[in-house]
Amino acid sequence: MRKLLNVLYVTSPEAYLGKEGETVLILLNDEVKLRIPIHNLEGIVCFGYTGASPALMHLCAERGVALSFLAESGKFLARVSGRVNGNVLLRRRQYRQADSPEEALQLAKGFILGKIFNCRCVLQRFLRDHEQRGDPPMVQEGVKALTIQLQKTANSRHLDMLRGVEGEGARVYYGVFDHLILEVKDIFTFTGRSRRPPLDAVNALLSFLYTLLAHDCTAALETVGLDPQVGFLHRERPGRPSLALDLMEELRPYLVDRFVVSLINTRQIGATGFVTKESGGVLMTDEVRKNVITAWQKRKQEEVMHPFLGEKIPVGLIPYAQALLLARHLRGDLEAYPPFLMK
Amino acid sequence: MSISYPDSDLLMLSGIQHFAFCRRQWALIHIEQQWQENVLTFSGREMHERADDPFFTEARGAVLVTRSLPLVSRTLGLYGVADVVEFHRDETGIVLKDRPGRWRSYPVEYKYGQPKIDDRDIVQLCAQGICLAEMFGTPVATGDLFYGRTRRRQPVEFDDSLRNRVRELTAGMHELFEKGVTPSAEYSAACKSCSLVEICLPKTGSRRSVRRYLDEALR
Ligand code: SF4
Repeated sequence: MRKLLNVLYVTSPEAYLGKEGETVLILLNDEVKLRIPIHNLEGIVCFGYTGASPALMHLCAERGVALSFLAESGKFLARVSGRVNGNVLLRRRQYRQADSPEEALQLAKGFILGKIFNCRCVLQRFLRDHEQRGDPPMVQEGVKALTIQLQKTANSRHLDMLRGVEGEGARVYYGVFDHLILEVKDIFTFTGRSRRPPLDAVNALLSFLYTLLAHDCTAALETVGLDPQVGFLHRERPGRPSLALDLMEELRPYLVDRFVVSLINTRQIGATGFVTKESGGVLMTDEVRKNVITAWQKRKQEEVMHPFLGEKIPVGLIPYAQALLLARHLRGDLEAYPPFLMK
Repeated sequence: MSISYPDSDLLMLSGIQHFAFCRRQWALIHIEQQWQENVLTFSGREMHERADDPFFTEARGAVLVTRSLPLVSRTLGLYGVADVVEFHRDETGIVLKDRPGRWRSYPVEYKYGQPKIDDRDIVQLCAQGICLAEMFGTPVATGDLFYGRTRRRQPVEFDDSLRNRVRELTAGMHELFEKGVTPSAEYSAACKSCSLVEICLPKTGSRRSVRRYLDEALR
């Protein structure tokens, strides 16, 4: 597997990015705070109003380093990237399969299978690790219900049916998710999934990390030459990275949900740092966001055995590995798409 | 009958070395457009740019050295750029613009590293020879491979069997490019030194069954 390069996250809105030769500079009030050789990076993500010089954009485009600008909330705004990667024939095959109800169904099944399997695994792990705590009967019920949804996934005969199964699975899973959280319950109580806006601190954490993961999935798909906007499960909408969202489905439980639970349960994230606005929406302070990003970066460096490749890879390369396997399947090298099924 | 490829069908000459090494590697680079800049290619380029290299500063009497010469062969359907082409004084040679006398072209291909066990460097050099022969309308019988690691020049004779090998390879390249398919991986000793091994994942080919993987996980 290729080397995991770093993604540089710039969270300070007053920062300005420049370049000097092959080096990225981060400036604060005209003072150089950090220098990083471009060949150590695979992406730069800026939050807030960070500026960047055209010369730096040029360098990033040339070296295939995606330079993304997100709003402070994590919402995607824009990206500077070089010319489109990869094989037009591969993308055509992707479009054809997306247009074929039968092929799209098979692929969508793979993503949902992975999602429900991994959701169930998150619950099973919890049961194993905390036999005496929490509320195991509820969680056990959840595991059973997800097993049924897994069966139904395999038996779905068209996309709408599959979407229904997916919705039911998500209802079950998020229905018991709160039981996984064992610490600081007054702050970290999960009240069901809410997105716009997140209505509690747990949802705020989930939403933020899902955004980071979506960014990684988009970049991974682009790297292997697929079009992140043309999906199989998610309906296309202008500006929506449908395929990246498809790919995310199976990765969310393992990469984000479990991570958020462990951030809270190991008290890496404190009770302070969350603000409830008048509308009920919960925001995180810069402080929390920075802590989350640091922990996330560390998590990405950890190695896991890839269940299909049978090879140890850094967690941060999982989206890339899955994108590669997806391209493999679309190209006809693999008879089906193997989702990432956590152990 | 020999084919004459139009501009739109020309392939990159440098690709012949990839194709000779592994057809899949060539397809990954030239059809899939997957390319990883790795240490080897990067240092290779640096070496070319080094001004103090003895190869470029050597005084060489009746030899003209030209760098980055654009090449094309209509019969092979290849285009590219030669690192170095020398022109040696030769009474039976050709006339060059603004240069008195007659000259014979002599391709020199510069390689980082050392001689390979396979013939990928040799066929690339020979393809350059065929381009030069076609462009100047006179046969080119020999060229040199220069290896950075050993700092040696190794002359290569362009005999019939080598030329045929080049024609076979280029015909294969055009056929594959036309079909747009990437051949599946066959794991071999070559994979260990392949710069695309991390993209290719040669061990994950058809041997691993996705169905079985799913069945085992869902049991
Ligand atoms: S890893 Fe092996 S099969 Fe794959 S491109 Fe390289 S040499 Fe060919």
